[in-house]
Amino acid sequence: MPEIALEMKNITKRFPLVVANDKVSFTVYKGEIHALVGENGAGKSTLMSILYGLYQADSGKIFINGEKVSIANPNVAINLKIGMVHQHFMLVPPLTVTENIILGMEPKKNNIFIDMENATKRVEELSKSMGFKIDSKAKIENISVGIQQRVEIIKVLYRGAEILVMDEPTAVLTPQEVEDLFEILRSLKKQGKTIIFITHKLNEVKALSDRVTVMRRGKVVGVKDTKDTNQEEIASLMVGRKVIFDIEKKPHSPGKTALKVEKLKALSNKGLPAVKNISFEIKEGEILGFAGVEGNGQTELVEVITGLRPASSGKIFLYDHDITNYSPRSIREDKIAHIPEDRKQRGIISNYTVAENLILGSHYRSPFNKGLALNFTAINNHANNLIKDFDIRPSDKDNFLKSLSGGNQQKVIVARELYGEPKLLIAAQPTRGLDVGSIEFVHQQILNERDKGKAILLISADLEEILSLSDRIAVIYEGEIVDVLDPKKTDENEIGLLMTGSTANKKLSKAK
Amino acid sequence: MFGDIFNAQFVASSIRVAIPLALAGLGGVFSERSGVINIGLEGMILSGAFAAVAVTNFTQNPWAGVLGAILVGILLGLIHAITCITFKANQIVSGVAINLFSSGITVFFSWLLFGETQIMVKSNLPIWGLPLPDIGEGSTFVRNIIVMFAHHSPLVYLTIVIFILAHLIIYKTPFGLRLRSVGEYPQAADTMGVNIIKMRYIAVMTSGALAGLAGSFLSLEQAHFFVKEMSGGRGFIALAAMIFGKWTPLGTAGAALLFGFGEALAMRLQGVLAIPVQFIHMVPYLLAIFVLVSAIGRATPMAAVGIPYEKEIG
Repeated sequence: MPEIALEMKNITKRFPLVVANDKVSFTVYKGEIHALVGENGAGKSTLMSILYGLYQADSGKIFINGEKVSIANPNVAINLKIGMVHQHFMLVPPLTVTENIILGMEPKKNNIFIDMENATKRVEELSKSMGFKIDSKAKIENISVGIQQRVEIIKVLYRGAEILVMDEPTAVLTPQEVEDLFEILRSLKKQGKTIIFITHKLNEVKALSDRVTVMRRGKVVGVKDTKDTNQEEIASLMVGRKVIFDIEKKPHSPGKTALKVEKLKALSNKGLPAVKNISFEIKEGEILGFAGVEGNGQTELVEVITGLRPASSGKIFLYDHDITNYSPRSIREDKIAHIPEDRKQRGIISNYTVAENLILGSHYRSPFNKGLALNFTAINNHANNLIKDFDIRPSDKDNFLKSLSGGNQQKVIVARELYGEPKLLIAAQPTRGLDVGSIEFVHQQILNERDKGKAILLISADLEEILSLSDRIAVIYEGEIVDVLDPKKTDENEIGLLMTGSTANKKLSKAK
Repeated sequence: MFGDIFNAQFVASSIRVAIPLALAGLGGVFSERSGVINIGLEGMILSGAFAAVAVTNFTQNPWAGVLGAILVGILLGLIHAITCITFKANQIVSGVAINLFSSGITVFFSWLLFGETQIMVKSNLPIWGLPLPDIGEGSTFVRNIIVMFAHHSPLVYLTIVIFILAHLIIYKTPFGLRLRSVGEYPQAADTMGVNIIKMRYIAVMTSGALAGLAGSFLSLEQAHFFVKEMSGGRGFIALAAMIFGKWTPLGTAGAALLFGFGEALAMRLQGVLAIPVQFIHMVPYLLAIFVLVSAIGRATPMAAVGIPYEKEIG
């Protein structure tokens, strides 16, 4: 029997309206990497917040190394050598790497001042022990997300953590960064640390973990040794039914050219070139996937096509009709639909109801508008129909969007955008932050549109998604398309290298 | 004419005028660094000015007056902290309320205690520094230096010490690091075990203390009397100095000196130029607006300023 590092027994935590943890028992062995999986809202984060002292359980017990503890706040957790790397990094952007690491536990000299010299030395030692270098004087706002995550890891190690909780650490990383992170976690395991790894990406569970605990709707529904289970089993435990992984795609039969982009250029918010001379076409019944590390011009490209950002030069044609620099409204009227990458900022109005959100963008047109007033009969009928067709839950049209889960918010957007038979669908990060069930739904909708002969522009940071949905893959790097690939003839590694600008490597491997 | 205006006396008066702006502006730095907007500085200065005169006249001790002003400032800071931090009220509304409250309560007490709204100070703080040589005696240069830098109210030197301390506290101590973190990203500070509520209370009360001290300087040292509404927008100019100084103590001191220079200039120009005095009085305010819209004054405030801290539920 391996030594037990952490045991949580019969943890129950209620929030108004929902039981987030219902008699959850969770055991982690010393020195293992333990995956904690479940859909959004399954209660993983709540359980870990209780462990870290951010919430108090209503009932239940926690044992660390066999001793019963009560964790009233993060300070207690830190003293018990529990460290947490949050999904949204807990780093203060204008402060330096070292300042962030020592915050709350500053080494002092003369009992008054911060001992910066000593702090910097400690930080550099810790990063060295994990096999990478870090600029301890750099400000967080000036370093990449991958490096920020390393700062987070050093931060918990600096506090002497023996149990590390990683909350969906790969959500923001490129494939290469994910590989690097896994290396770091494996080396931490070798140093004897215990790691709890929260995720809903099942391939990561398989690649990294020793054991896995599955949660669904606030309960633990399974604990497995990773080697004795497979993705299908974990997924069906998570969702509570069988999940179809292999997306069935009809053969690619492109029709007429729907969207043509010619030598398009546009500037970023800072006035720097963001889209540099991009040209491509999308045909009817075709999904063109854009793979790339975020911030390489994808956002700006979509904004230019949808009229949200001016093109500085170049042309955009929708079926030979020049729509370059049209207003967003006239572009919508030309039947370009847009699932925006930032759901909360651009996709929905969270203080509006489902019915109101479902008419955004067509609110000024018949039948939703009659003269000066809105036609609520039409709006409500429309809402009820779409709620049924797209299975939006809860099914009340008068719910505010903010009370819906991310998956259902996304369904509202998809329903609204697909209504009225668009000619071109632009889907930017359509499944970001969604759970397995919702991802499956959104993918199915996108494929249906393709099979109906629509042209689809898909942008995603999730390479698996790009590979499984696209008919062609354009790799974008620093505002340019560096290559267009056939998904059947490429893999994550090749795309991943292209995404990070390693064209030289690619040519080498082709030469072989 | 030029020499009549820009002389050693002018530098000295710029410094004196700058003191209340600098102190209140520094109060703003502490408060906003912690994430709480303190638009109530104006009222805190006014209440401090009144308390300083009232306590001085009752005790015949101006030092007690200064202390009284600081305590009143802390009290108003505490009220602002309770409404904004504990009860999560809108920080602008709370600040405006403090300003209106101060306007009323100072007039009320000056009628109640003194029977009028203009109260002369009965006991002054000493002048500290080197004795001032008579004109013509010794070198003019030495005399000018003394006039400018070594012949001031003790509160002037105190202000300089406070600014040096504030700089050290904010940038070199654990308290300062925590202060800077809670105004930017309190969730991060919370996970690191920093007590957000405590930090913000300390910062807002410090802010009140500094604004109260600013008020005491205004009434005891600059005007030698209290009159209703005597703060005259200094709390807002102080906020402008804070922003222009990019929320740093030294930057705020520099900005306050610039505004002090503007106000001193306005005072000098009265009667010299054929411009209505009202226009001349606009100089410091126009300067503030000019500075804030120009590129040099543009700065990003703390990310979490104005937002009450709440733990996420989910």
